[in-house]
Amino acid sequence: MKQTKILSKTRRDSVIAFGIVIIAYAAMQALSMTGNLSNTITGLLVPICAYIVMAVSLNLTVGILGELSLGHAGFMSVGAFTGIVATTFLADAVPSPILRLTVAMILAAVAAAIVGVIVGIPVLRLKGDYLAIVTLAFGEIIKNIINVLYVGMDDRGLHFSIIKQTFTLNEGGDMIINGPIGVSGIDKISNFTAGFILILITLFIVLNLINSRHGRAVMAVRDNRIAADSVGISTTRFKLMAFVISAAFAGMAGTLYAMNYSTITAAKFDFNLSILVLVFVVLGGLGNIWGSIIAAALLTVLPELLRALNFNDYRMLVYAILLIVLMLFNNSGAKEKFLGWLALRKEAKGHKQKKEVA
Amino acid sequence: MISNLIAGISLGSIYAIIALGYTMVYGIAKMLNFAHGDVIMVGGYMCFCATFYLGWPPAMGILLAVIVCTVLGVVIERLAYKPLRRAPALAVLITAIGVSYFLQNAALLLWTANPKTFTSVVGNGSVQIGNLQVTHVTIVTILVCVLIMAVLVWFTNKTKMGTAMRAVSEDKDAAQLMGINVNTTISVTFAIGSGLAAIAGVLMLSAYPMLVPTTGSMPGIKAFTAAVFGGIGSIPGAMLGGILLGVIEIFSRAYISQEVSDAIVFAVLIIVLLVKPAGLLGKQISEKV
Repeated sequence: MKQTKILSKTRRDSVIAFGIVIIAYAAMQALSMTGNLSNTITGLLVPICAYIVMAVSLNLTVGILGELSLGHAGFMSVGAFTGIVATTFLADAVPSPILRLTVAMILAAVAAAIVGVIVGIPVLRLKGDYLAIVTLAFGEIIKNIINVLYVGMDDRGLHFSIIKQTFTLNEGGDMIINGPIGVSGIDKISNFTAGFILILITLFIVLNLINSRHGRAVMAVRDNRIAADSVGISTTRFKLMAFVISAAFAGMAGTLYAMNYSTITAAKFDFNLSILVLVFVVLGGLGNIWGSIIAAALLTVLPELLRALNFNDYRMLVYAILLIVLMLFNNSGAKEKFLGWLALRKEAKGHKQKKEVA
Repeated sequence: MISNLIAGISLGSIYAIIALGYTMVYGIAKMLNFAHGDVIMVGGYMCFCATFYLGWPPAMGILLAVIVCTVLGVVIERLAYKPLRRAPALAVLITAIGVSYFLQNAALLLWTANPKTFTSVVGNGSVQIGNLQVTHVTIVTILVCVLIMAVLVWFTNKTKMGTAMRAVSEDKDAAQLMGINVNTTISVTFAIGSGLAAIAGVLMLSAYPMLVPTTGSMPGIKAFTAAVFGGIGSIPGAMLGGILLGVIEIFSRAYISQEVSDAIVFAVLIIVLLVKPAGLLGKQISEKV
């Protein structure tokens, strides 16, 4: 009896997560077809999708694996620029934009996963705040390296360099990544539907992973590493697996995100972006996948909403205050007090009504 | 070569002063105070306003900055961090990020995004040592850093409050049982850390005079790195980490590349942490099984 109940809870969470995404997608499509969607919101749809994928994938590291990562934007950056190079390189070979985006995303995922392995092997040997600071350091290093990366394409193929002076292309060659100036003239092939499908794929894989044997092993490592080790779970392997999968999805989100803008620079994927995604994960609830989805969508729209409500000058200030108040409310025992007060009030009301009846 | 070394030590001294604040707060409250970097910025603006708008002498400006930041640090701790004493570490971290956003945006509203040019509090003079030109700011920064370090070591080791701090950082509950007022001790730590941040802010802006609402964030991250580098929680560690970080940064800027100097700094950090996971001077605590 109890067994079925536990199963139904995980299934319920999955159904909620998929339900939210599908209903939101349908609602947005309906609104945009009837022309009720403002330009700002339309412009935010693809970034929101990318943020949701980022939040879900970071939740895998922070919530399920239990290790704080402050450099998730680094993987997004790797994915974004891999995706850009791939789509430019494949522009002639693969004419269909949807197919090209798919191929680019897969390549981005592979590139981000490779970087994930390189980062993960040293990082996961550390613990707690030291681990956090090293992920931060890797995020900054990735940003710095891409910032001095020059990539171009001519009739001899692709060229890479990190020194501008030695970088030359044949006549008719195209500069793809131009160091700190970044990329301009991107073919904007991302769209809301692509984002929606990416979210569904992410959810499918992440939710299945969490509810699988591997996922339970990862959570066992989170809850008690030594106990997990002693029952024969290879902690390093499972930690690395969760970390790399998380990085791969961040890479795909990066491609989706970059292909939505005509210009993009490495500086965009900085520490603040990593923190932003972490805020989504923590506010949505650690380990709670649908919580991450809602938090990512709401917190991206919130500043725009405040703008619409004529809070323009104060919107980021209000955002900060809301963030602090929410964290205090959720974690300081104020929530329990408030709920208790509500219950008391309800009871008192009930008494009053009873008296009136009598 | 030597002039680069001096520039590095000077920059490192600034990191060290900020890192001292980080490390003390971490040691006692076990939290990463991400708003620490923004306290530096507030200190900078306070000193700027006092000297530029009110025409006060620089010494009064510094005093105002230190007082405002000290009060600000205590108020932040009381309002935002104290209710979360028993909450998970991540919740406190996100709250600290919220406070950091708040300070930055409040500064943006008060002083706008236009950069202000900070006038150095010690003038723009320099002295000639041999064939080396050393600015006053550099000398003052290094001296102040050494002084602060000496006072802090004396304070934590010899005074009653310092002993209380070490006790609280080791075991909060046991300290409370011994009659130590944990809340007061934590408030004092925040006060000292924030006061130091104000001094660091003024010194930093005297050397690099561009003041905007986000001035504090990058030095904040670097100083945090420095604190971890030296072993977080350790006062001499923060000092050593800060100075090494400053020297590495200036040397890689001068000899390797301007653009990737940050990457080199962080790469060195990673290598150090892999060899010594608790930082250079950190305590290696063996794990209970």
